[in-house]
Amino acid sequence: MEIFKSEKTFDFMGKRLPFLGFSALLVIASLLLLLTKGLNYGVDFVGGTIVQVKYEQTAPIKNIRDILNQTENFNNSTITEFGSPDEVVIKLTNSSSNLANDVGDEISKLLVNTGKFEIRRVDMVGPKVGSELREKGLMALSLSLLVIMAYVSFRFEWRFALSSIFALVHDITIALGMISLFQVEVNLDILAAILTILGYSLNDTIIVFDRIREGVSTTKETVLEKVVNFSVSKTLSRTTLTSLTTFFVVLTLFLYGGEIIHGFAFTMLVGVVVGTYSSIFVAASFLVQLKFSLKDFRSKEADKLKRKKEKDKLRAQFEQGTV
Amino acid sequence: MLSIIFGIVFALPSFMQTNQGKKINLGLDLQGGLHMLLGVNTQEAVVSKIKTIASSVKYFTDDEDIVIDELKFTKEKVNFVLLDADEKIKLDEMLGKIKGLEINFNTELEYELNLSLEEIEITKDLAVSQAVETIRNRLDQFGLSEPTVVRQGAVDIVVELPGIKTQAEEKAARELISKPSKLELMSVDEDRMDQVFNMTAAQASAYGNVILEHSIDPTQKFLVREIPILTGSQVIDASVAFDHGNQAIINFTLNASGSRIFGDYTAKSVGQRLAVVLDGKVYSAPVIRERIGGGSGQISGGFTLSEAGSVAIALRSGALPASVNLLEKRSVGPSLGADSIKASMMALIFGFLLVFVFMIVYYGYAGIIANLALVTNIFIIVAVMAMFGATLTLPGMAGIVLTIGMAVDANVIITERIRELLKQGLSIPKAIEDGYSNAMRAILDANITTLLVAVILYAYGTGPIKGFAVTISIGILASMLTAILGTHGIYEALGQKMQKDKNLRKWFGIK
Repeated sequence: MEIFKSEKTFDFMGKRLPFLGFSALLVIASLLLLLTKGLNYGVDFVGGTIVQVKYEQTAPIKNIRDILNQTENFNNSTITEFGSPDEVVIKLTNSSSNLANDVGDEISKLLVNTGKFEIRRVDMVGPKVGSELREKGLMALSLSLLVIMAYVSFRFEWRFALSSIFALVHDITIALGMISLFQVEVNLDILAAILTILGYSLNDTIIVFDRIREGVSTTKETVLEKVVNFSVSKTLSRTTLTSLTTFFVVLTLFLYGGEIIHGFAFTMLVGVVVGTYSSIFVAASFLVQLKFSLKDFRSKEADKLKRKKEKDKLRAQFEQGTV
Repeated sequence: MLSIIFGIVFALPSFMQTNQGKKINLGLDLQGGLHMLLGVNTQEAVVSKIKTIASSVKYFTDDEDIVIDELKFTKEKVNFVLLDADEKIKLDEMLGKIKGLEINFNTELEYELNLSLEEIEITKDLAVSQAVETIRNRLDQFGLSEPTVVRQGAVDIVVELPGIKTQAEEKAARELISKPSKLELMSVDEDRMDQVFNMTAAQASAYGNVILEHSIDPTQKFLVREIPILTGSQVIDASVAFDHGNQAIINFTLNASGSRIFGDYTAKSVGQRLAVVLDGKVYSAPVIRERIGGGSGQISGGFTLSEAGSVAIALRSGALPASVNLLEKRSVGPSLGADSIKASMMALIFGFLLVFVFMIVYYGYAGIIANLALVTNIFIIVAVMAMFGATLTLPGMAGIVLTIGMAVDANVIITERIRELLKQGLSIPKAIEDGYSNAMRAILDANITTLLVAVILYAYGTGPIKGFAVTISIGILASMLTAILGTHGIYEALGQKMQKDKNLRKWFGIK
C-alpha cells in the first residue's frame, strides 16, 4: 500500500506564503487567547489542594458544594465531576503547611453524611513549591530550545537551526492556544507533553531537513525552491506515516488512558497534528524565507572536503616519512 | 537477535511478577502511597543551640561557684555579667572550648556570646541531616514497608511511603513525623510562681522566666526558668510503662553527663518543683523530695497507650532539631493506582494492535519485520528498567505507549528509503544496503535531538515526570538499536531470498 507515489513532486514552496499566512493567523489567534483567556494553571504551578473523592453511587455534587460553602476554610473550593459521575474533584486554592491537620481528613469528616465514599487522591502543593516548579518548567523549556539550536547549528547550518526553532515556537504557541481555548488544567504533565511535542516535532523537521541537506549536496540544482520541494515530497510519506502511528496511540491514550492523563493526551494530540503540519509546510518555508544560499553552502561543504583531503594527504606524507 | 533474547530474559520476571530476579518498581501514583516534601525551619536549630550555650554557662558557673548576673538569651546571642573578676580566666577557658563561639565584651565584664556565621551554617546543615535521620528512625520503628527519606537541596526533605494504604495510616505517619518531641526538664520559679496569672510574657522574660501551660488543662500555668536543666538530647532510652492507676507513662534514661547534671540539680533543689516539659507543654511538675541518681525519670500526664508509644519512639529516635513544614503532599489511594494501571494497559494494548496491523497492511513483510523490532523494543524497555531498578510511573506508562508510535519511525524511514531505491530499479540487496546507509544520518540526528530534550526533562522534572523522561529515553535508544542492528540483520539474511522471489508487493508493499 502507498499513500503518496514517491515519483510525484509537490510545489510546496510555490504556495509557501499562503501556508505561512495561515500559520501566522493561528499563532496570532493563540496569542490572543493566551492574553485574554489565559492558562488555567493547576495546583502544581500556583499551589493549592486537590482532593479526589470516589462515591459508591452518583456523587451528590450539589450537596457537597452546600456543605463546603458553609465552612470557613473551604468556601472558595470548586467541585467538578471527574471522569465518571460517581467521582468528583474538590479544588482549593489554599494549602496547609501543618503536618498534623490535613485537608483530606477534614474533608472526609465534613462529607461523612453524603454517602459512602473513598478519598482516592490528595495533592497539596505549597506556594513556594508551586513557583519553584514554574521556574523549573520555564527553565527546561528555554534550555531545550537552546540545546536544539546549538545541535542543529552544529550538524546543519544556522539558518536550519533558526527555522527549526521558529517551527517549534509555532507548534508550542498553537498547542498552548488550544490548551487555553479548552481551558485544560496546566500541571506538570502538560509541561511534559509540551516538551514531548518539542522533541517530536523537531524529530519530524530534522528528517525533512536531512533530506534537504542531502538534496543540496547530491544534486546540481541551483534553485533552492526546487530542492526543497523535491526533498519535502520525498519525505512526505514517511512524515505522514509516523504521524499516523503516533496519532493512533495518542488517540487511544486520550480515549482509554483514564481521566488523569486526559490533559496530557489532549495536548499530545494537538501537538502531533500541529507538529506534522509545521514540519511539512512551515519549517522549510522559513528556510527559503531566510534566503538559505545553495552556493554558499556548497562552497563551504567543498571547502570542508578540500581541507579534509589536504589533511589526509599530509598525514599520508607524514606516515611515509616524506615530510 | 541478541537483543531480542536479552530483552526477553530480563523482562520475564517483571511480567510474571515473581520474586526472583529484578523487578520494576511501581511509582507511588501506580501502587498508591504518600509522597511529601518537607521544609526544615533551620533557624530554630540555631536558636536552640544558643539556648544550649546559655544552659552550659549556667551549669558551669553554678558548679564552679562563679557569680554571674543577668544571664539572658535572645534568638542570636547570650548576655551575662560576670561579677567575680577573679574567675574571668577560668570562665574564658571554658567558653573557649565551645566551637564556633564569638565572645564580645560590652565592658570588660559584660559578656555577649554570638555564633560565628560559619557555625550558623554548620548548625543549619546539621539540623537538616539530623532531621532526615530522625524521621527515618521514627518511620523504621513505626514498621512501614520501604520508607524513603532523602534530603533535597539545602533545607528540604522528601519522604515517600509506598506502604500507606488507608487515611488512618497516613494520619498516624504524618503525626509521627511532625512531632518535635523536644523534652526539657525545667525548674519552676517557686519565688514568683504565685504571680503567674498576673504576669505577661514580657514580664516573665524580664526575670529570665517563661510561662508554660499544662498539657491537659491549659488554664493551669507554670512559671519556669527559661534555661532548661536538661534537654532530650541527653536521653538514651525511653519506653512505655504503667503507673499504679494503670495509666500509660513513659520511662526515660539519661546518658552519663545528663545523669550527673540531673543528680547535682536535684540534690540542690529539694523541696522545689521540677517541670517535665514536652514540646512546650508541662506534663507534670513533681516536687523533688531527694537527690535523684541513676539518671532515670518518667513522664506522666494522661497519655493514651498509642500516644505514649509514639512519644517513646520519638524520644528514642531523638528530637527533631527544628520543626518541619509540609511544602508538598501527594497521596494516592491504592484503588486509584490500580485503575491507572488498568487504563494505561488498555491504551498500551490498543495502541500496539493498531500500529501492528497498520504496519503489516501498509508494508507487507517489511511491516512484519518492523513489528518484530517493535515487540523487541517493548521487551528491551521493560528489561532495562528492571535491570536498573527504575520506577514506573503513570507518565512513564504514557511514555511507553508513545514509544510504540515513535519506535516504528526508524523502520519507516528505512523502508521508505528502500522502496525509493527499488523504484529506481536497484536490486533488492543493493537497495537494502543503500537504503540503510541513506537513512542512518537522518535517524541519528532526529533521535539525538529528541534524546537531548528527554535528558533536559529528566534533569528538571520531578517524580512522575522523571519517569516519563526515563522511559522515553530508553525507548529512543532501544528503537535505534533494533532498527540499526536488529532489522538490518534480518534484511541481510533474507536479501537473497527476496531477490529470487522478486515479489515487491509481498515484501515491501509496492508494485
